[in-house]
Amino acid sequence: MKTLIIDYGLCNLDSVKRAVEECGGNPVVELDPQAASIAEKLILPGVGNFYDAMQRLRTSGWYEILQKEVLENKIPILGICLGMQLLATYGEEGGGIDGLGFVKGKVIKLIPETSDIRIPHIGWNEVRHYGNSILFKEIPSNKDFYFVHSYHFVAEEKETIIAMTPYCGQFVSAVESKNIFGVQFHPEKSQRVGFQLLKNFIHL
Amino acid sequence: MLKTRIIPTLLFKNYGLVKGVGFNSWRRVGSALPSIKVYNTRQVDELILVDIAATQEERTIDYEEIDTLADECFMPMTVGGGIKDIDDVRNILRAGADKVSINSGAIQNPNLISTVASFFGSQCVVVSIDVKKNGNGGYEVYSCSGSKSEGIHPVYWAKEVEKKGAGEILLTSIDRDGTMTGYDIELISSITDAVSIPVIASGGAGNYEHMVEAILIGKASAVAAASIFHFTQQTPLEAKQYLASKGIRTRL
Repeated sequence: MKTLIIDYGLCNLDSVKRAVEECGGNPVVELDPQAASIAEKLILPGVGNFYDAMQRLRTSGWYEILQKEVLENKIPILGICLGMQLLATYGEEGGGIDGLGFVKGKVIKLIPETSDIRIPHIGWNEVRHYGNSILFKEIPSNKDFYFVHSYHFVAEEKETIIAMTPYCGQFVSAVESKNIFGVQFHPEKSQRVGFQLLKNFIHL
Repeated sequence: MLKTRIIPTLLFKNYGLVKGVGFNSWRRVGSALPSIKVYNTRQVDELILVDIAATQEERTIDYEEIDTLADECFMPMTVGGGIKDIDDVRNILRAGADKVSINSGAIQNPNLISTVASFFGSQCVVVSIDVKKNGNGGYEVYSCSGSKSEGIHPVYWAKEVEKKGAGEILLTSIDRDGTMTGYDIELISSITDAVSIPVIASGGAGNYEHMVEAILIGKASAVAAASIFHFTQQTPLEAKQYLASKGIRTRL
């Protein structure tokens, strides 16, 4: 069960690695895209800005390898936070750039409805799902997960949305399309429910 | 709905956890790792860890120590102490912190905030602002663990750090710190009115009602506390239950 965590120079891979370890996932953090062939699962983490992250995925060679492993070889991938956003067709953060294009949609800034709503969206908030995704197996709907972000995923195809979260109206907090999964929250920091979600992914 | 967070603060000095009063007369309160393990099992919302001696001793925080702690910390963790450039931030995030808290380093070089925000994203930049009342009763920002007066007003500084790209403000009243007499609500309100990023209130919590005031009157997005958890029987979980009974949304 090798779970490969993609290292493209942005940080905080250690907490994802530790959480995957706790969930029985045999994690490897990997800088070299050529190593992707050993992976049974891929995790695309990320903090930082969409533009820089895409540049890094391209210059490091991960971009091509991911297209091959995810689209052709159908290796399951989980994008976390910025990693979920990078799955989109396009992201406006940092000046605007094309994403990986795995899930149709774009990533735009959260707009507060009223002046007392603060951005970034930081803290614990509900994840409402409809019980039809394997990612949320044994996780009740409306459980709190930990979020920290200013941008959100706008999905073009409704059927790819598997969870929503109420903030700035409501936004898409998880997507799924075949072997591709993305979550806006941080499962590695969301304690029991987060670990359950990681287990669900690892044992797909 | 986003929940209001209760955040225990752990302060380091000379390899142990300490807690003082008014940023002074530090008492040893144990070691960090067992505290983190306890907070894990109690489903604490988030943790703040600060090495309070790093800036004054002109050194960086012990990254290996942070790495060890982060490996056991399955909740969001903000780490601060002695951060003065982007390499310090990178090392702390690499060690497993989710956010960094910058105080003196941001005052010395305000562009550090924008540099870190553009590289790692605003969401991981917490700017810590320590405030004390001066002789005329006006508020003033202090750096270097409360030892150096900066001659600037916290409202001015809060707006500046927001403009530079801070994602959150950790606002501490030095006068209330460790006194357990309640948060400085006037100070908190002045900052939450001035900025639109989340503000974490810190300094003075002695009971759960103090937290309610900081949230409902002060409009803080989160409350940090140390003495109440170190020196009394009160716990983060009970605090959340109390807040919930007052109509504040918390994660239970």
